[in-house]
Amino acid sequence: MVRLTRAVDFAASLRYWRPDLSEPENRALFGRFASQHGHNYRLEVTVQGEPDPATGMVMDLKELKAVIEREITARFDHHDLNRDTSFFEKVPPTPEHFARVIHELLRTALGDQLYGVRLRQDEDLWVDVVGEDAE
Amino acid sequence: MIAVTRRYRFPAAHVLRSVVFSDAENERVYGNCANPAGHGHDYGLEVTLAGPVDARSGAIFPIDRLDALVRERVLDRLSHHLLNDDVWFRVAVPTAENIAIAIERELRAAVGAESRARVVRVRLLETRRNFFACGEAEA
Repeated sequence: MVRLTRAVDFAASLRYWRPDLSEPENRALFGRFASQHGHNYRLEVTVQGEPDPATGMVMDLKELKAVIEREITARFDHHDLNRDTSFFEKVPPTPEHFARVIHELLRTALGDQLYGVRLRQDEDLWVDVVGEDAE
Repeated sequence: MIAVTRRYRFPAAHVLRSVVFSDAENERVYGNCANPAGHGHDYGLEVTLAGPVDARSGAIFPIDRLDALVRERVLDRLSHHLLNDDVWFRVAVPTAENIAIAIERELRAAVGAESRARVVRVRLLETRRNFFACGEAEA
């Protein structure tokens, strides 16, 4: 079994906000994260498998690149996570929730070939989602 | 499995000499790290937490709280200090292995006392070439 990882950078704006709470409640719960802000995210997508005997590849990197472009970059790069997507209407776009959304999108596109994702919000904070994310 | 990792840094000095060795043995075992005058590193510290994502906050553990705990329990204690002076290293030699183990124990207890989140890994980066990980997580 071999794992290969493809990384992609994208930028997005966001705020932690729960529509079911009032503004003061959101401010009290999320503090400075309730204000509009943005990040330069780095996403690392890891797929696993046995290399194809003919090609010597677990997966064609061009194909992986195209999937990430279609599923992730097109949706999120230079977009607002709250306003331009429907993923954060009930939960705030914390790195945990955002990584789960990305994992789910790529799981649907890549199936069992997906090993996991690492979403880096900045150099000092990242979230890993690997395998079945039961919790 | 979902896990969040936060990275910190702290500069500290240490001397690698064990009380169970003679001077000659210390110099043989630890080489230039046994220099009695000491030396230091800019340590990198990665703390990984796993656990349920809290329905209210959307986080495994509040990042601001983790920062405060790490500052109080580790950074204030070790940053800009000679590690050999710390009670953690009165017996144990302050190798990167023992520093990582001491930090992992301290943070596992501190986080566990107030949350369902678990410290599953502590990784200490002693230089850009040497990393030391401990905890229940595999990698």
